[in-house]
Amino acid sequence: MENHILSIILFTPLVGAILLLFVPKENKNAIRWIANFFALAGLLVSIPLVPMFWEQRFEPGFKFIEGAPGNWIPSIGAGYVLGIDGISFLLIMLTTLLGWISILSSWTAIENRVKEYYIWFLVLQTGMLGVFMALDFFLFFVFWEAMLVPMYLLIGIWGGPRKLYAAIKFFLYTLAGSVLMLLGILFLYFHHQHVTGVYTFSLQALYDTAPRIYSDYGPHIATLLFLSFFFAFAIKVPMFPFHTWLPDAHVEAPTAGSVILAGVLLKMGTYGFIRFSLPFFPNVLLNPATFMGMTVRGWMIFLSIIGIIYGALVSLMQKDMKKLVAYSSVSHLGFCTLGIFALTPLGLSGSVLQQINHGISTGALFLIVGILYERRHTREIAEYGGISNVMPVYATITMIMFLSSMGLPLLNGFVGEFTILQGTFMENWKWGAWAVPGVVLAAAYLLWLYQRVFFGTVTNPKNEKLNDLTPREVATFVPLLIMAFWIGLYPKPFFQILEQPVNHTIAIVRPDYPLPAVNAAAQAATTVAAPTNVTYTTTPEPSAASAPAKVKGKK
Amino acid sequence: MVWTDYLLALPITLLTLFALGILLIDLMLPREMKWANAVTAMIGVLFSAAGVYKIQMWMGASPGSFGLMRTMLVDRFAIYFWYLFLAGTAVAILMSVRYLETEHENHGEYYSLMLLSVAGMMCMAAGFDIVLIFIGLELMAISTYVLVGFLRRDRRSNEAALKYLLLGAFSSGIFAYGLSLLYGLTGSTNLAVIQQELARHILHSEYKPVAVVALLTTITGLLFKIAAIPFHQWAPDAYEGAPTSITGFMSVAVKAAGWAMLLRILVIGLMPMRPIWVPLLVFVSIATMTGANFAALTQTNTKRLLAYSSIAHVGYMLLGLIAGTATQLSADGIKGILIYLLVYTFMNLGAFAVITSLRHRNVVGDELDDLNGLYSRAPVEAVLMLVFMLSLAGIPPLAGFYGKYFIFLSLIESGHYVLASLGVLYSVFGLYYYLKIANAMFMGQVEKGEEKLPVSLTMRAALGVTALATLYIGILPNRFIELVNWALGIAQNPSIAKLTH
Repeated sequence: MENHILSIILFTPLVGAILLLFVPKENKNAIRWIANFFALAGLLVSIPLVPMFWEQRFEPGFKFIEGAPGNWIPSIGAGYVLGIDGISFLLIMLTTLLGWISILSSWTAIENRVKEYYIWFLVLQTGMLGVFMALDFFLFFVFWEAMLVPMYLLIGIWGGPRKLYAAIKFFLYTLAGSVLMLLGILFLYFHHQHVTGVYTFSLQALYDTAPRIYSDYGPHIATLLFLSFFFAFAIKVPMFPFHTWLPDAHVEAPTAGSVILAGVLLKMGTYGFIRFSLPFFPNVLLNPATFMGMTVRGWMIFLSIIGIIYGALVSLMQKDMKKLVAYSSVSHLGFCTLGIFALTPLGLSGSVLQQINHGISTGALFLIVGILYERRHTREIAEYGGISNVMPVYATITMIMFLSSMGLPLLNGFVGEFTILQGTFMENWKWGAWAVPGVVLAAAYLLWLYQRVFFGTVTNPKNEKLNDLTPREVATFVPLLIMAFWIGLYPKPFFQILEQPVNHTIAIVRPDYPLPAVNAAAQAATTVAAPTNVTYTTTPEPSAASAPAKVKGKK
Repeated sequence: MVWTDYLLALPITLLTLFALGILLIDLMLPREMKWANAVTAMIGVLFSAAGVYKIQMWMGASPGSFGLMRTMLVDRFAIYFWYLFLAGTAVAILMSVRYLETEHENHGEYYSLMLLSVAGMMCMAAGFDIVLIFIGLELMAISTYVLVGFLRRDRRSNEAALKYLLLGAFSSGIFAYGLSLLYGLTGSTNLAVIQQELARHILHSEYKPVAVVALLTTITGLLFKIAAIPFHQWAPDAYEGAPTSITGFMSVAVKAAGWAMLLRILVIGLMPMRPIWVPLLVFVSIATMTGANFAALTQTNTKRLLAYSSIAHVGYMLLGLIAGTATQLSADGIKGILIYLLVYTFMNLGAFAVITSLRHRNVVGDELDDLNGLYSRAPVEAVLMLVFMLSLAGIPPLAGFYGKYFIFLSLIESGHYVLASLGVLYSVFGLYYYLKIANAMFMGQVEKGEEKLPVSLTMRAALGVTALATLYIGILPNRFIELVNWALGIAQNPSIAKLTH
């Protein structure tokens, strides 16, 4: 029997959204309860996935596969196929957690058009989960585009003063990237048909044929294809110079929207790089031919480093707290892409972990800004000062989250950044050296912000009577704090989850790269006769039908 | 033999009979009973559809048969379009009932003309003889001229009708000139004979320049009917001035008929001249996408905006004809056009249905500002409009995506990467003006004194049908893709069967 846990996780929020349609809109509290119930349910149904996944963490290939290639639209070969590996597993858990937190945090922040707000939020949740679960390119694309609509409405209806501009810019910018990706997908689709005679969007099938484009069509076509994917993902991440939509969207979005935007949406770009760009176009990345003095990979690294430094410098200069956090995202995501294109196992797993960390820390930072904004309706740094005197609990939580974001040891940010830098140094010490100032600058802009907002005496009389956090607000931070400490103190389980997919990806990109045999003993203990040469599929026939059977057989 | 010859035209005959019947019944109806005309028209459409179904069943697996003394080829292609016209007309009738009452122009001629124009469209889609095609075209066009000017007391409507009539007559003249040259060159009005003669003799003889002139004039007429730039000037004015229900009708049924005729003539009759018409269409298609998308950006009238959007869609559809090699069409491209027309029928009619429902009492409702805050006045209509707009923009999982999908697929398949990139980027461009409508509805402020929008039962039915179709095709498109494969005689992709079993 097939395991439907992924579908259940995927559609729980959507069921909530459909149910909410039938609740009268005057009944705001009922709507809030129902939405929160489904958001929590979305998290709770994803929790059984943790032990189930943990058991199989070293097993090769995608797990919990549902559906078969071509079962959705047989006439074009598109299927409803879901499946996850360690990378998508972590991102899915992050999504369900942040989804619940952001819906919980909206309780008092959203006062008008409550019903629509929660409906769109739950729809957005389903869209994002679908992106991380889809193992069919067509399905992936549908989710990838469909989730733009609720996000656009969230920014456009409940956003700040320039919401219309920000919403349209966000939508157009990201759509422009993704339509080019559609053309790239179609190219892969036809190439697969030329090679095997089968029309399919199945990711597992395309993994086999896509790398051959380089030899079949030559480096130019392959590089163009790489670029068609690159624009979609780079805009989403966003990499410098495609980041200009981000400050607008972040600043104008409602708090919960910013949390999801920073926490999950941006990760779709880095996820795309890892899931598609790396295994599809390894030869393009390793091609020594240069363009304007740099190889393709060199450009990726270059843009990442620029993003790190530029984002941090711009953050330093911000007068608006939310804008500061938004630009810090550009810097942090620069680390993530740097780790990806370092093309080392350490860099890659550090990158994924840092994506999770960024979701936790920056998500929390947006919540922190949102809490002050809800009380004072301004985000100007100059309006504040001495807040730690009136809101001590808030100040403490903020301090921890700032430290986590800037990468202080014992907290999550440190582990991610350190691993990325380590992986990068192993490849080329100069790349690492260029990225290190980003860490220092992060400490500068965050600590300076903290000093201006929280330390000293209360100078602005409006701040004298601010209430400290309510229990509901504390509840939104608790899971994030736990996660920050957990990853900071004991990141080993996370690295174990990432080990198999990361090593597999590196093995595809650089077959000659000596992979460290970490946890070899644990691997031998858990898996029964694991194949030594790990591949997703080696034959054109999809392993979809066989994989779940294999999983079951091992229990 | 003789009987089936005429029976194949049964759906057309039925429509004509009902059209004449409405004229007679209308005389006897008192003023407050005029809605009965709509019922009659609807029954006519249903009877005609039943006739089409009978023919489809009778044909079975055969590829098609000739009728009306070999002037008409009833094949799956024709049947597909017949269904499409009838579906579009049925929705347009639903949209019209309340609208005509509000406009105080509730006359039976309206429905009668509508049915007659559908009869003309059916001749265009099934015509295999340029004379029949031309007669069908004129029947459709003349009925539509009158319908555009149906609001006699409205100056915009009169102006639109006059403009449409003058330009339409002019283009029909050019078209007829091209057809007559073709007849003169090949000695036949039959499309298959024209194709053979062109391929065998004419194009290798000293008459080739004449054939090129014939092609140019014919194609001008065809492009005028589907409103491609630079022959689009009539469309924004006619769309804006016409009764909104007729604008919807024109933008889907009339346009689909134009496409059916264009496909018949270019793909059958003038196929040997493909190397000549492809570069022409490349130019026209780029011009159409560019011009229409830019012009739509600045529009403040919703109907005009949608007119330019419909011109832009023609630009994308033309790409489907370009796909393929110099002498060979791409099957996916034609498939893309047929699917595009199918999804376009529903999503565009839906959009016009929403605009039509804004017309009540003294509010005209076709300015972009009239949509402001629609969400608070009519939440269901606003959400449906959002669905239609996103579908027009081609966002999955909505029907409109699949139209664009197959067009771009065919371009990639045949290696037209630049055209494909241009097309997708213009479709992003298009999203901007569709979002303008969404912005007005969801983020605009309601002006004081605007109460809930009354939406009639028939209008709800029209909205329901179009919205359901847009969503259903979007989420489960397989059946419709197979329908189009059937219409084009493409067997189901055999390699897929290999994959799943």
